[in-house]
Parts: sequence; C-alpha cells; structure tokens
Amino acid sequence: MLSVSLGTVIWTTIAFLIVVFILAKFAWKPILSSIKEREDSIQEALEDAEKAKEMMRELKEDNEKLLQEARLERDELLKSARDTKDKIISDSKEKASEEGEKIIKSAKEAINAEKSAAMAELKNHVAALSIEIAEKILRQELSKDAKQQELIDDAIKNAKLN
Amino acid sequence: MERFIIKNPSNKASLLRTSTLLFALVSLLNFSSFASSGEDKKFNAGEMIMHHISDAHEIHIIGDFAIYLPIILKTESGWEVFSSSHFYHNEIHDDSGNHYYEYSDYILFHEHVYLKGNGFTLDEKGEIVNEAVTLDMSITKNIAGIFLTCFLMLFVFFKVASGYKKRGMQAPKGIQSFMEPLILFVRDEIARPSIGKHADRFVPFLLTVFFFIWISNLLGLIPFLGGLNITGTLSVTMVLATIVFIITTINGNKHYWGHLFWPPNVPLPIKVILVPIEIAGIFIKPLVLMVRLTANITAGHIIILAFVCLIFIFGEQSAGAGYGVGIGSTLFMIFMNFIELLVAFLQAYVFTLLAALYFGGATEEAHH
Repeated sequence: MLSVSLGTVIWTTIAFLIVVFILAKFAWKPILSSIKEREDSIQEALEDAEKAKEMMRELKEDNEKLLQEARLERDELLKSARDTKDKIISDSKEKASEEGEKIIKSAKEAINAEKSAAMAELKNHVAALSIEIAEKILRQELSKDAKQQELIDDAIKNAKLN
Repeated sequence: MERFIIKNPSNKASLLRTSTLLFALVSLLNFSSFASSGEDKKFNAGEMIMHHISDAHEIHIIGDFAIYLPIILKTESGWEVFSSSHFYHNEIHDDSGNHYYEYSDYILFHEHVYLKGNGFTLDEKGEIVNEAVTLDMSITKNIAGIFLTCFLMLFVFFKVASGYKKRGMQAPKGIQSFMEPLILFVRDEIARPSIGKHADRFVPFLLTVFFFIWISNLLGLIPFLGGLNITGTLSVTMVLATIVFIITTINGNKHYWGHLFWPPNVPLPIKVILVPIEIAGIFIKPLVLMVRLTANITAGHIIILAFVCLIFIFGEQSAGAGYGVGIGSTLFMIFMNFIELLVAFLQAYVFTLLAALYFGGATEEAHH
C-alpha cells in the first residue's frame, strides 16, 4: 500500500490518461456544450421574457395614455355640447321673450289704435244720434205754438243781456 | 498558495484522519503482538488488516472463491504472462513460519514477485534476498479496480452524453439528471471560483479526476469485491498528483513564475528565505494531495477492518464475548460505512478543489 510499485504507476497512468482523453473528447465536450447551450437558451428566454414584460408594460402605458386622452376628449366634447345646449336654450329663451314682448307691444298698440278708432266712431255715432234725437224732440216740441213760445221765452230769460 | 491549504477546513480533518490512521496502526500492532504472543495459529489483526488494504494478485470474493488475475512479468528473457492461480494454488510454508507462493521460476512473497534463483531466502532482518523481476506489470486487484472505475466512467458518461445528444434542450432524464448536478457542481463550485476566467479549459480534467476518485472510493466500500483500496494506494494517488503537478507547471504564466522566483515588494533578505520555500512548495503541494487522499481512504478501511478484528479478538477469548462485541462492532461498522460514504465524496471534492486552486494560482494574471 505505502510502497510505490512501478507496474501500478504505469497501468494507472495509461488507464487514467486514456479515460481523460476519451471522456474529454466524447463525453465532457458534448455534455458541457449542451449544458452551456441550454443555459444560454434559458438566459435568452429569460431576457426575452423580460423584454416582453417591458414591451407589455409600455403597451399598457400607451393604452392608459390613450384611454386618458380619450376620456379627456370625451369630457371636453360633453362639456362643449352642454355649453352649446345651454347657450341655445338661453338664446331661444331670450329670443322668445323678446318676441313675446314685441307681440304684446304691437298687440297693445293695435288695441289702443282700435280703441281710439272705436271711440272716435262711437263719438261720431253718439253725436249723430244726439242730433237726430234732438231733431226729433225738437220737431215734436215745436210742433205746438205754445211750446215754441215758452222756449223762446225761456231762451230770452236765460239770455240776459248784460 | 499555501494559505489556501491552511484556510481549507478539510485540512484539519485530514490531519485528524492521519492521526487516526497512526493511532489505529499503533493499536493494531499492539493487538497483533498481543495476539501473536501465544500460539502461532492465533488471529493476527495487524497482519489481517495490512493484508486487506494491500494490493493483491487476486480478487477474493468469498470463502474459496476468488478471481485470479493475470501476472505479467518482464524478465531478462522477455515477457511472461500466466494466471496468479498458479501461485495461489502452490503455497509453501517454510520451517520458520514464513509462507510464500511458488510457480516455475518465480516466487510470490507479500504480493511481490521475485526470481526463484536458489530458492526462497531471507536475511537476518526477515527481508527477502531474492532478486525482484525487472518489471512487474501484473494486473493486480487495484489495477483491476482502476479498469473497473474507468469502464464505469466511460459507460456512465457516454450514456449521459448520449442523453444530451438525444434530448438536447429538454430537461435531463435518468442517469443524466443524476450526473448533471455533480457536473455543474464541479464546474460552478470548484473550477470557476478557484480558477477564474480560464476555468473552462480545466473543467474536463477536473471532472475526470473528481469522478475517478469518487467512483474508486465507492468501489472500495463495496463488500465482496476483494476490498479494493484504489485511492488508498500511494502509486495511484502519486500518478494523479503528478498529472496535477505537470498541468500546473505547463500552465504557469509569467506572473506565476515571477512571483515564485522573485516575489515583488519583498526585501532581499526575506526573498532569500522565501524563494526556496516557494520552490519547495511547488513539489510539496502535489505531495500533500497524494498523501492526503491515500491516508484518508486507507484510514477509513483500517477503522472498518479494526471493528471486524475486534470481533475475532474477543471471539478468541470466549464465544459469548465475540457475539457481544460483534453486535457493537457491527453497529459501529454501519456507522463508519456511512461516514466513509461521505468521505468518499469529500476526498474527491478536496482533491479536485485543491487541484483547481493550483491551476488557478498558475494561470492567475497580474492585477496590481
């Protein structure tokens, strides 16, 4: 055990070196390169996943931004529509009241004009009627002489000559 | 670089383990002397343990069943190959209580092959005087274990690689999903933090070392597999440490060698002290790697074997004591096996981490 035997040394050297070279060429090389290849592919896959995640994040961010913009635009549109509506309503209200006032005014004017015309006609009519009535009365009254005299007297009485 | 070793908490553990090893050895030697003081036939714990953690020319499975491994020898007359069963089936006991194996012109003594020459002879100190063979290239138990480890690695990681080819980018499946965390552990927790930007160049080697040590350690824990002690063999860890040393030296850049031979911002007298230390450090670092791994794994084996020996030692006193101690010993062995399972991984990790740190030191670039 503790003494060195030349035969053992020679056999060990031969066997070990052959195994080293054969394994290095036909076993370790394919094994290590396969492991490395797999590690590389895993690394690559991880990096790709990371990249995809980043892209996803960006996409989501973009979407969010787009959504935000759309929301803003909608709000704006809604706001302007409301404004327009309000304006239209208030405008039409104003116009309507104006128009109403105008109509009322013109109606009042027309009424007044009609009224004064009717008044004038009524006056004329009353005057004519009064004259007719007076004429009729006069004709009746003055058909008798006594009455004519009395009237003349009365008139003379009232018509004091001062 | 030395500071890394000091910082490393496992170094303390390794020291502890080494001292445990020494303690275990000493106590076992006591046991063995105690045991052998009586009859010769008595159970010898030290011998039994050393036999189990030492290399052998057979894989002993159970009882009489063993796998006999080929003996390959280079002698002056050329190569010779035969089965070790020829040795093991021809055991010879001499008059002074030594035993050895003999086949044709060879003698196997303490698992080392010698030329027979004029027959088996020992000198006064009990050392064998027979001439050793020129080169013993036998496939021993641990070399067979190394081949098994290599085969398992090739089998498993070819399967894993084909899994990647088949499934490509898909999630791993089966053995692929078991190995992937370990591969990533070596790459991301050991190589990259320790080496830095040149890490990927060293990852294939570090992966091989890590799994080689880990699988070898685990094989050593499997019972009925001849008690493999691959990473507990100094020759094996020496090869691994030498390769680490060579890679560190080849990859050492200008900054590394510059700091080694001419440390900047250091007064000259201190340089005189520091430079030899640094140069010694180049060799000490792999040496430490080598010894730590061997000591830790062998210590684990010795502790488990010591618990086994306890049963036999007490069993020799009386059967009741043997059974009584046996229960406790078995529980401790189970506990130790779990710890060894952890140590098997831990030592593979420590060896790989330190190798990575040395590579990192060699390839580190100037940053000031």
